[in-house]
Amino acid sequence: MIQFFNVTKKFDNGTLGLENISVSINRGEFVFLVGPSGAGKSTFTRLLIRELLPTNGQIMLDGKSIIRMKSKEIPDLRRKIGFVFQDFRLLQDRTVYENAAFALEAVGTPISEVKKRVPAVLEMVGIGDKYDCFPEELSGGEQQRVAIARAIVNNPSILLADEPTGNLDPDTSLEIMKIINDINKRGTTIIMATHDSEIVNKMRKRVIVLNKGAIIKDELKGGYDYGIQ
Amino acid sequence: MAFSSYIRYTFRDAFRSIGRHKGMAFASVLTIAISLFILGSTLLLVLNSQYLVSTMESQLEINVFLQSDIDRKDALAFQKEIEKIPGFQSLEFISKEDALDIMQDRFGKDTDILKSLGGVNPFPDSYRIKAQSSEKVASIAAEVEQFSEVESIRYGKELVDKLLAFTVWVKNAGLAIIIGMLIAGLFLITTTIRLTVFTRKKEISIMKYVGATNWFIRFPFFLEGMLIGFLGAVIAGLIIYFGYGVTIQYVIKSVPFLPVMADSDALYRILAVLIIGGTAIGAIGSVIAVRKYLKV
Repeated sequence: MIQFFNVTKKFDNGTLGLENISVSINRGEFVFLVGPSGAGKSTFTRLLIRELLPTNGQIMLDGKSIIRMKSKEIPDLRRKIGFVFQDFRLLQDRTVYENAAFALEAVGTPISEVKKRVPAVLEMVGIGDKYDCFPEELSGGEQQRVAIARAIVNNPSILLADEPTGNLDPDTSLEIMKIINDINKRGTTIIMATHDSEIVNKMRKRVIVLNKGAIIKDELKGGYDYGIQ
Repeated sequence: MAFSSYIRYTFRDAFRSIGRHKGMAFASVLTIAISLFILGSTLLLVLNSQYLVSTMESQLEINVFLQSDIDRKDALAFQKEIEKIPGFQSLEFISKEDALDIMQDRFGKDTDILKSLGGVNPFPDSYRIKAQSSEKVASIAAEVEQFSEVESIRYGKELVDKLLAFTVWVKNAGLAIIIGMLIAGLFLITTTIRLTVFTRKKEISIMKYVGATNWFIRFPFFLEGMLIGFLGAVIAGLIIYFGYGVTIQYVIKSVPFLPVMADSDALYRILAVLIIGGTAIGAIGSVIAVRKYLKV
């Protein structure tokens, strides 16, 4: 469903983001993107949501070019992709419920539908008892649960996670990974950039290793191993 | 279905956002109120100076004294000639008897002025002419002087010249002050709005990641800006409305000869401009400020 064809991204200041990347990710796959800082993990995810345009190459999603997409179509693209960030990025002036509901409201979902789906999703990520809390009243793990709820509430086909456990302690990280794994089991494609070797080694999923903008390893059931000395 | 949901959400978001950012909303309302108050007061001050000048202009008059040997019928017929002069507004005929009466009044009842003048009324028939504006006074005077019926002419030439210069000055200075105030007010208001939106730029980028359309992000800001602009303008308008009433009362009591504009139509017009302008600036300013952060 996701295909990168010879994708190169050079930034205006001359930094190389990605160089001649070709990769294909199937529906329902769970993929870890690993590699040192500056390897191009974030560039990869930002290209996928059309926050950036590549310098060269083609990116296809469900057989449709993301590159040739009009800017009017970008919101529709992003509704197919749930995004979870390392720093949660919740709306600080809205409650847990309102944060999760926002993704549905932005698509024009009728309020009766919102009232059904938001509680179900909050329940699923294990934060069903904190509807009316504001983000600052929650722990990091709880905030990330809200962010995941927001990312999946409108049933996206892909969940992109950029170091979702980067700010969390090991136990909380495992809880979050369990939720993400459950989401994957329901058929959602997961692409997760991470530095967390323990998680990668434990889960035995497909691992794509990036270094200096190039794919140096792509293993099914791989481990956390840069393969660079 | 989707559209009515959108409308519902954007209105709710706008009000909720004002409620959750009370401090920021209050600061913005206050800034807009103060800017518009200063602008409105300046406008009233300028309008009043123009009113003062035009009142003074309308009181300017030319005294035309006719030849003493002219008979009354010719004197009255001469009125037709004056009325033809461009810039003429009105005139008043003062016969030699009237002139004597006026003089008598001025001296009081104790003296019989005709007797002390040796039984002869020395005053000629005269006309008191008013011009449409002070610029016309000199040309009317020059034209009237041409007629053979006229013995002499008198008008405050120096006063007219000074008033003329003052009129031009008031008009230009007024315009400059209003433009200056307008720019300062606009700058202050847009800066406040930009600041308000800036504190929420993260919010805007999150909305974009979730797949919200620009329209869906922009509209609550538009409504919020509109409401804040409107509130600020109403506060400024109320202060100006009541403040002006009190000020006028005070001026009329303490400086009764100073003409003030008590025309409430002009006041209402200013209030309407302030409220429409404030609302528009709030709404448009917000949309422009948001635009910068929509490019994610």
